[in-house]
Amino acid sequence: MKSFGWSLVTLLVAALAVALLAVLPWWSAAIVAALLVAWLLATRAGRQALSVTQVGISTMPQRLGAASVVVVGIAGVVGVLVALLAMAQGFQATLQETGNDDTAIVLRSGSQTEINSAMDHDTTVAISNEPQVMRDAQGRPIASPELVVVASLPKKSSGLDANVEVRGLGQGAWALRTNVRLLAGRRFTPGLRELIVGKRAMSEFEHTELGSKIDLGGQPWTVVGEFDSADEHDSELWGDGDAIASAYRRGEGRNSVTVRLKDPHLLDAFKAALASDPRFKVDASTTRDYYSRQSELLTRTIRILGTTVAVIMAIGALFGALNTMYAAVATRTREIATLRAMGFRGGPVVVSVLIETLLLALAGGIIGAAIAWAIFDHYTASTLGANFSQVVFEFRVSPTLLVNGLKWALAIGLVGGLFPALRAARLPVTDGLREL
Amino acid sequence: MKYLHLVWSTLFRRKTRTIFTIVSVIAAFLLFGLLDSVRGAFANAGHNVAGANRLITMSKQSLVVALPTSLLMRIQAVPGVKTVTYANWFGGYYQDPKNQLVTEAVSNNYFDLFPEFGLSAAELRAFHSTRTGAIAGASLAERFHWKVGDKIPIQATIFPQKGGSNTWTLDLVGIYHVADPNLKAEEGALFFNWDYFDQAAQFGGGTAGWYIDRVAQPKDADRVAHAIDALSANSDHETKTQSEDAFTAAFVSQFADIGLIVGSIMGAVFFTLILLTGNTMAQAVRERIPELAILKTIGFSNRSVLSLVLAESVLLLAIGGAVGLAISGIAVSGIRAKLGPQIPMLPVGGAAWLRAVALMIAIGLVVGALPARRGMQLRIVDALSGR
Repeated sequence: MKSFGWSLVTLLVAALAVALLAVLPWWSAAIVAALLVAWLLATRAGRQALSVTQVGISTMPQRLGAASVVVVGIAGVVGVLVALLAMAQGFQATLQETGNDDTAIVLRSGSQTEINSAMDHDTTVAISNEPQVMRDAQGRPIASPELVVVASLPKKSSGLDANVEVRGLGQGAWALRTNVRLLAGRRFTPGLRELIVGKRAMSEFEHTELGSKIDLGGQPWTVVGEFDSADEHDSELWGDGDAIASAYRRGEGRNSVTVRLKDPHLLDAFKAALASDPRFKVDASTTRDYYSRQSELLTRTIRILGTTVAVIMAIGALFGALNTMYAAVATRTREIATLRAMGFRGGPVVVSVLIETLLLALAGGIIGAAIAWAIFDHYTASTLGANFSQVVFEFRVSPTLLVNGLKWALAIGLVGGLFPALRAARLPVTDGLREL
Repeated sequence: MKYLHLVWSTLFRRKTRTIFTIVSVIAAFLLFGLLDSVRGAFANAGHNVAGANRLITMSKQSLVVALPTSLLMRIQAVPGVKTVTYANWFGGYYQDPKNQLVTEAVSNNYFDLFPEFGLSAAELRAFHSTRTGAIAGASLAERFHWKVGDKIPIQATIFPQKGGSNTWTLDLVGIYHVADPNLKAEEGALFFNWDYFDQAAQFGGGTAGWYIDRVAQPKDADRVAHAIDALSANSDHETKTQSEDAFTAAFVSQFADIGLIVGSIMGAVFFTLILLTGNTMAQAVRERIPELAILKTIGFSNRSVLSLVLAESVLLLAIGGAVGLAISGIAVSGIRAKLGPQIPMLPVGGAAWLRAVALMIAIGLVVGALPARRGMQLRIVDALSGR
């Protein structure tokens, strides 16, 4: 009964420590570490703990197999967690960076994506001419009625056909997307069957090199340039809206209009102006909103998946760590009992076992995070995006993710070390000395 | 078998250690069950025996580009083609944009090509005679509590009606079931009359999104596919015809390389597991060297000592693995019940158990090998004297 009570208290302490670890920022862990070092060096009990720890660490090479269970188990958890979250983060960032607050996208009412939206010529003209839309030096609205079609091209990785988004741009597109840089070649000529290819589309799909021909709407189109916009548009092929519309027999119809607002605050006025026009039913949102919405579902799915997998792996690793540390305590029973008989208190013993486990856990966390970082930072992947075509994105292993991974490692180490540490401290000295 | 008791009692000689190890094994196989179920759902998509004689004809440019309905008669005339039908993607959502639907407008002979849906003659008659008639998959109907006879308002995301309304009200006249548990995801679709779509849609009518062709002989499929594509060669609507399997496989591969992701995670998990159980077994044998020596003294052969240790490690994996996989089975059916069959997870069935058992035995043998060899090679005199 008493031991059950003890276990319960230990469990609560462990849970509290893990919760603190999860909530507090990384620098508070650094402060705790600094305080611990100060205690180890300055006080009598601390110096005792330090010397017990040194003995424990110096015997580590003799139990390399057992120690590696802790390190590798935790490295696995952290590696998988960081890699999956880096995927979610990369996808989310790619889409979110595509939008901003100054530009608004107008879709047919009820459509959530461009490819599902449609509007006729009069509508696109009326939207572009709303008073909230910024105008360029020549007095033309900075607006781009755009056409989105999907073409099939073989992927370099699998050779299988995959969907690639082809965007037909309107006149104001370049003034809208000032972040776009040409990496090679030149812009397409309006009216001609010419395309420029986003740098990610170029690395992902066959037949997209400069000068090659792509079949769109049954006609050959020439690739004349490569562009980099550092966002979702990098997965697209761009051409002149009118030329693409005629290839796909879309006439004057377009999917969406993107406009630059004179001021981000004018969005509500812009929306009201569109809503009051009886000729059409359309909805406007900032491009930041629009692209963020598109990343939500997949990002959330990957996050849930990643966390679930990591939690299950963490349970496995935790029990591995418990086993190892109990065994470590057991093999050192006589040594610990001797120390206690010499007058060492329980505290230093507890601390030394904990420190040993946390060091192993930290090593595992660092190895796992480093492997995930080395393999997956800037790793390119692609998935089917909202416009029914491939969105190519890079995994992003950010410092926050790495710190989170290390927190998981420390949490597993903490729980895995606490129970064996308390067992070591509560060992009856006489029994321990008699142990063979 | 007669040594089972002996193996069992040595396994639980150190209860805490064995139980901790088993918990780790449970976690690993729980993960195996869950991930294998996801992987299976993607790998299995489209592997449908009933679909072996179905071809899908779509625009060569992309699935999004529609084809003229005039192709129907010409495909019908291709030798080897038994029946042809066509469908248009409609999409839409029910009540909330979060409830996106898989809705297709289908021509009236569509269900003749899908006998596995098991629709009754009465339901088919009602579908043909009701202009706004619709047929839903059983799990979709269950999810939104639809019953035959209900009026279902669908919000269009692509196709408004003439007059601009986004609301399409359909009359549910039938519900179809898919018997194969691995293909339950196909129960998530909603079908309505192409004629209604054609007449009521503001645009998009008069075209077919894709054709589905049933060939008389599956072995003729390739020849028929080429013949169909030849019909429109060099026209402005060239087609690409492929088997249902190939079509689905190409589509699924666009989402992500699921195999690679699952494979990498499983690799990390089982590598850790081998190390972990290997360490436990090594400890267990190290502690028991004198006991093993006694076994040998009383006449156990080297080989039986070897098999005892191997049996112990396989048993360790088998207990944990069976519990873990059983938990994953419960978890998967719970998730499927809660989120509906459109979630890409297969039930944990016989094939998954077979793979898991093979893994348990293989890992058990691998981690038991070194300790077992040590037990086999020990010299009785040395072991008994503690050298």
